[in-house]
Amino acid sequence: MPTDPRLDYALREPRPPQPVDESLADAGIPTQVRLGMYRKLHELNGFGKRAHDLFLQNLVKGTTHLSLGMEAVATGFGAAMRPDDYTFATYRGHAHALARGMDLGEGLAELLGRGNGVVGGKGGSMHLTDVSKGMMGSYAIIGAHLCVANGAAWSAQMRGTDQVAVCFFGDGTTNIGAFHEALNFAVIWSLPVVFVCENNLYMEYTPIDVVTAVPRPAADRAPAYGLPSIQIDGNDPDAVYLTASDALATARAGGGPSLIEAVTYRSGGHSRADPGKYRPPAEVEAWKAREPIPMYHRRLLSIGTPEETLTGIAREVAEAIDAATDFAKAGPLPREDSLLTEVYADGGSRWRN
Amino acid sequence: MAELTYREAVAAGIAQEMRRDPTLVMLGEDVAAAGGVFKTTVGLLEEFGPGRVRDTPISEQAILGAAMGASMTGVPVIAEIMFSDFLAVCWDMVANEIAKSRYMTDGQVNFPLVIRTANGGGVRFGAQHSQSVENWAMMIPGLKVVAPSTPIDVVGLMAAAIRDPDPVVFFEHKALLAVKGEVPDGEVVDRLGEARVVRQGTDATVVALALMVPRALEAAERLADEGISVEVIDLRSLVPLDTATVLDSVERTSRLFTVEENPRLCGWGAEVVSIIDEEAFWSLDGPSIRITTPHIPLPAAAALEDLAIPSADRIYETIAKAIDTRGGG
Repeated sequence: MPTDPRLDYALREPRPPQPVDESLADAGIPTQVRLGMYRKLHELNGFGKRAHDLFLQNLVKGTTHLSLGMEAVATGFGAAMRPDDYTFATYRGHAHALARGMDLGEGLAELLGRGNGVVGGKGGSMHLTDVSKGMMGSYAIIGAHLCVANGAAWSAQMRGTDQVAVCFFGDGTTNIGAFHEALNFAVIWSLPVVFVCENNLYMEYTPIDVVTAVPRPAADRAPAYGLPSIQIDGNDPDAVYLTASDALATARAGGGPSLIEAVTYRSGGHSRADPGKYRPPAEVEAWKAREPIPMYHRRLLSIGTPEETLTGIAREVAEAIDAATDFAKAGPLPREDSLLTEVYADGGSRWRN
Repeated sequence: MAELTYREAVAAGIAQEMRRDPTLVMLGEDVAAAGGVFKTTVGLLEEFGPGRVRDTPISEQAILGAAMGASMTGVPVIAEIMFSDFLAVCWDMVANEIAKSRYMTDGQVNFPLVIRTANGGGVRFGAQHSQSVENWAMMIPGLKVVAPSTPIDVVGLMAAAIRDPDPVVFFEHKALLAVKGEVPDGEVVDRLGEARVVRQGTDATVVALALMVPRALEAAERLADEGISVEVIDLRSLVPLDTATVLDSVERTSRLFTVEENPRLCGWGAEVVSIIDEEAFWSLDGPSIRITTPHIPLPAAAALEDLAIPSADRIYETIAKAIDTRGGG
């Protein structure tokens, strides 16, 4: 057994979460908004757990990247965004698609490779997209979609619609060139875009601090582009909601882009193939105790929400996940003739006469 | 009718479309105030203003990302990548994002955008500023690929590319920028996917693209003096590919030659030859022959570069030899 933390990252000092900021209970967020976020946390969490179960039943092929434990970031932003705002997400995009209103059943059906999936079985787990909900795509190659989000923001700016593009990405993305190109570009054109780094402390299997020049991968890069350093508790939906609301308002008012680093943790591994053994067990335990749902449950009780209200929401979501699973499993396989459709705008794939 | 250079035709085509569609915008390095490093966008900033013609940083991924994001949300875009060699810097955007997102989303989004880029050699710029990379773009499902050879085609195909709802990679040939040609007054709009027979002949079909078209025509003139009648087809567009025009010609001439500036391996001519082989084999009187740049990076020295890229001499000699051999004299 190695004893050198350079050989086994699980032997490194744990990086525990920050304590909950209890003062946020009094942040003045309307109860209806909070109950909506509580419901969304359960939806995102329930969807992820169900996706995992379906894997174990060998019903989901390929790979998938779950956001279990990271639900608060998508939830807080989803609650703060306007229906016509744009979301751009990564291959770890289930939560972001659901947070904008993607149908649970269509999402699960896509994971199952069914024709009733949200993109007809053509995208799969890493490419969930629902443009009708402002979910402009899940992009599976690190970095590019920050540049694409700029384009949607530029378009909104030119059309004068006050829409904002919100782009989610992981800590690992901060080390690729497109991240830096996108930030510089967004600032010089003062684009209405919000870049959200979900710092879950690991780029795939490697601690982010091992491969990054600065301690805070996004927040410490912000000043290089004339932006304030913003680092928040990414496991607290209220903290995310408040910060998101500010950044969205700034962008809508013509104040340009923001870069927000939301510190969080994934309860599981990077992807289906990864048990996450490179993490110190004490760190995993400490973050498990800080998962968003139990914390938010306590907060809602503390401000006077009846327990039955919360358990009722959890029960309704559980039922919806079951119904969505049935919908997905009952879905037909994609039609064979769909193989050759939707490459070009004429609906086909013809490249010659 | 006005006589325009190929270079002026680029700006003319863009201006025609920007006048027609007030939402159309353009971005790229040095495209606005400087009018482009090749002076292909001169006058556009003055006419359409800084909101629609925008200079960017040297950030090719950011340029194409902006074009993609804007086009998928309803704003058509022309993006310039200064040299086509630089497409390699942003190939993720081209090959993985722009080309595939329509299919991956099952048709939820369209990408009405044109990526203009200066392509090709003959200008002594060396291996990183001279490549013909049309075959890179041709092999990616989801893209359309255009490479005009004359000023009128620059205007007409530019208009067609801009009006097309799919992403089009538009290759402007650096060695053709000074070439002059007549362009009619009024709106000029062409169609993508139509090759043009630019010289009729009966003994051989020569399929060429961009700079190779005038060279093939020059070779054809000299072959005519030898009694060999060559039909020359300007392919103009690789995707969509007008195979019907090529098939029709080969069925009449019974010989096929392709003239390609791209390095040999996997050049577009290989695809054309394979289609003819599958669909018109029994019309052929001899093997199809590809005339290409060797499979090398391009050298800078004039003496070497001229040896590398197919010349009118090489086209002439290759065809003369092949046709001569066929009949035994």
